[in-house]
Amino acid sequence: MTLFRPAATVIVVMTVLFGFAYPLGMTALSGALFPREAKGSLIVRDGRIVGSALIGQMFEAPHYLMGRPSAVAYDAANSSGSNLGPTNARLIGAVRDRASAFVAAHGVKPPVDLVTASASGLDPHISPDAAFAQAARIAEARGVSPAQIRAFLRERVEGRALGLFGEPVVNVLLANLALDAAFPLPDEPAIGAQASDG
Amino acid sequence: MVIDLAQFALYALLVTTTAIALGAWMDIVLARPRTDHPVFARVDGVLCRSAGIDPAAEQNWLQYAAAVLAFNLAGALVLYAILLTQAAHPFNPQHLPGLSPWLAFNTAISFMTNTNWQAYGGETTLSYFSQMAGLTVQNFVSAATGIAVGVAVIRGFARRETKTIGNFWVDLVRATVWILLPLAIVVGLALVALGVPQNLMPYTSAETLSGGVQTIAQGPAAAQIAIKQLGTNGGGFWNANSAHPFENPSALTNLIEMWAILALPAAFCFLYGRMVRDRRQGRAIFAAMAIVWAVGLGVTYAAETVGNPLIADVVAGAPANMEGKDARFGIASSALWAVSTTAASNGSVNAMHDSFTPIGSLMPLVNILTGEVIFGGVGAGFYGMLSYVVLAVFIAGLMVGRTPEYLGKKIETKEVKLALLAFFAMPVGILGGGALAAIVPQAVAAVQDPGPHGLTEILYAYASATGNNGSAFAGFGAGSPWHTTAQGLCMMLGRFAYIIPMLAIAGALAEKRTFAPSAGTFPTHGPIFVGLLVAVILVLGGLTFFPALALGPLAEQFAMAAGTTFAVH
Repeated sequence: MTLFRPAATVIVVMTVLFGFAYPLGMTALSGALFPREAKGSLIVRDGRIVGSALIGQMFEAPHYLMGRPSAVAYDAANSSGSNLGPTNARLIGAVRDRASAFVAAHGVKPPVDLVTASASGLDPHISPDAAFAQAARIAEARGVSPAQIRAFLRERVEGRALGLFGEPVVNVLLANLALDAAFPLPDEPAIGAQASDG
Repeated sequence: MVIDLAQFALYALLVTTTAIALGAWMDIVLARPRTDHPVFARVDGVLCRSAGIDPAAEQNWLQYAAAVLAFNLAGALVLYAILLTQAAHPFNPQHLPGLSPWLAFNTAISFMTNTNWQAYGGETTLSYFSQMAGLTVQNFVSAATGIAVGVAVIRGFARRETKTIGNFWVDLVRATVWILLPLAIVVGLALVALGVPQNLMPYTSAETLSGGVQTIAQGPAAAQIAIKQLGTNGGGFWNANSAHPFENPSALTNLIEMWAILALPAAFCFLYGRMVRDRRQGRAIFAAMAIVWAVGLGVTYAAETVGNPLIADVVAGAPANMEGKDARFGIASSALWAVSTTAASNGSVNAMHDSFTPIGSLMPLVNILTGEVIFGGVGAGFYGMLSYVVLAVFIAGLMVGRTPEYLGKKIETKEVKLALLAFFAMPVGILGGGALAAIVPQAVAAVQDPGPHGLTEILYAYASATGNNGSAFAGFGAGSPWHTTAQGLCMMLGRFAYIIPMLAIAGALAEKRTFAPSAGTFPTHGPIFVGLLVAVILVLGGLTFFPALALGPLAEQFAMAAGTTFAVH
């Protein structure tokens, strides 16, 4: 079979080149050039890893900004959306339940991103409106004025890339780390270390 | 709205300008593989001689097709073996076990055919070894196979009175080493700089602010994501694909990855213009592709912005369809990605198509159903488009009552028959495979959503497999023995039932003489031809599937507008 030797040799060479040399070389280069990013942009507070700046976490306490609903409860080893279709009664029921719960806690209707599950299940962001809608609740839980929290959140809005691409967002985990540092809970001492989100 | 339109326009401009430059570079590297080139020939010379190949020996279409099949078979077998024996390999910090034979078969075929359909979640199924030595390799070589066949088919159109259309092994090496590898290194490093991980660490355990523990999947992701996008592969490193904030952390990485989706497929149009020595021919095909892409984008963007009326009364502001979308991308960047990734046969997703509005998902579905020719897979989209070109000039010939001509060559019965043969791969795989999936009980069990949406899930799954796209309505449970097998067969059908007839057309055309255009020659570079080509794509490609689309997305759209929801009984 005249094709056996070329096919077998070329796939072996390609595997050495693109299966080992390329990915391992890229790993070495990335680790040297961008060590923090290559390792997943991990955040360390008081000597412990508290998460990744890029990966969302579940927040339910009233003094924290809450993120998007997640189909996988923010399991960062099993990412997924709900994949429910737009006319599925399960989807419509879930959205309505979340909206009722939000109205009960906040007295206003929620922005749409707070009642719909994200694509990744790990969405680290919410829209600025979704952040501002939670300001009064966070202020009450932390014993400060809503205006202070609103101003604080406004500072944390990240704009569009190049002014055009994507949407303005607030990173929920980074905002909550900064909230803990700037507005410690009334019955707890201030947390010593500044959140490192650089 | 204005910002969104400006985003679309800037993206289109970026893709077009870089595609023109890449087309010129591909022409230098690939078009005329002179065996005495001072740099290129040295590399492919060393590799070819070690494999017992004479790089100077050109192949006829049959020899070329045989080499393609042999190399792809070897690649699939190697990948299948790696996946089955995963537990025995290094770089497996999570101690993931080997894959089942069904899943290994499906995955090996999927990555070999440049489909990258995934009946598994990356972080829960595959070791770093399988991702690197298995999948990353096929990400490169399946794309290079498409480029090689694409260039060989174009040679058939460009050459005259010869039997040969190039040497597959030389084309393969040149496409990987001089086109894909340099781009992948640059894109990969840019992605790492912007936050995409590239490491071999075990998964990280984090103590969350709320007092829980979060296990964060890691891995050598950026290198694979770069080639996943450039090679129109689309298989995600992690389950959520390009929606995962590690695969695609920001709007900027999103722009880079979206650019990589369309850059090389679009460049093929300009490469074509150079190779047939008439740039207008390439521009005409580019225009036809761009028109269908832009219309699809407009419709999907509008439908997703209008959103879901069933939840309009409980949310503040407009009910834009944010289910299955991440906040950093929002509606516009998600719609742009969805239409581009299905136009190209990329299939990576930054939003979940299963949760799109019915009309919002109709356009991505139509992009796949028409045969992945709106830019399409690297090389594959272009030779697919050339099959429509053959049919378009044939229909034009019927209308004016002359023997059809293209680029000065007579298009005869043989070429038209072969183009139709290629065309039938899509209906057979999609309607045949889909119909079986809709009636066989163990296949129907995979459907997640009730009502017309469930039919769309089946249709999308078999369209994606046969069209070698790889995106999914991911609620569809594709892991059963039935679907892994049936979809594996559909993927091979969609790949090789196109490649073989198109290489045969190239072989037939290469032998023909060319004639100078006369007053009666139908020009194939003007707006009339562009319009005809678009019409042929929509009539032949679109109408074939219209009954299925009417029962799926169209029925669901009407139901949604009427306030109907569907529940599982």
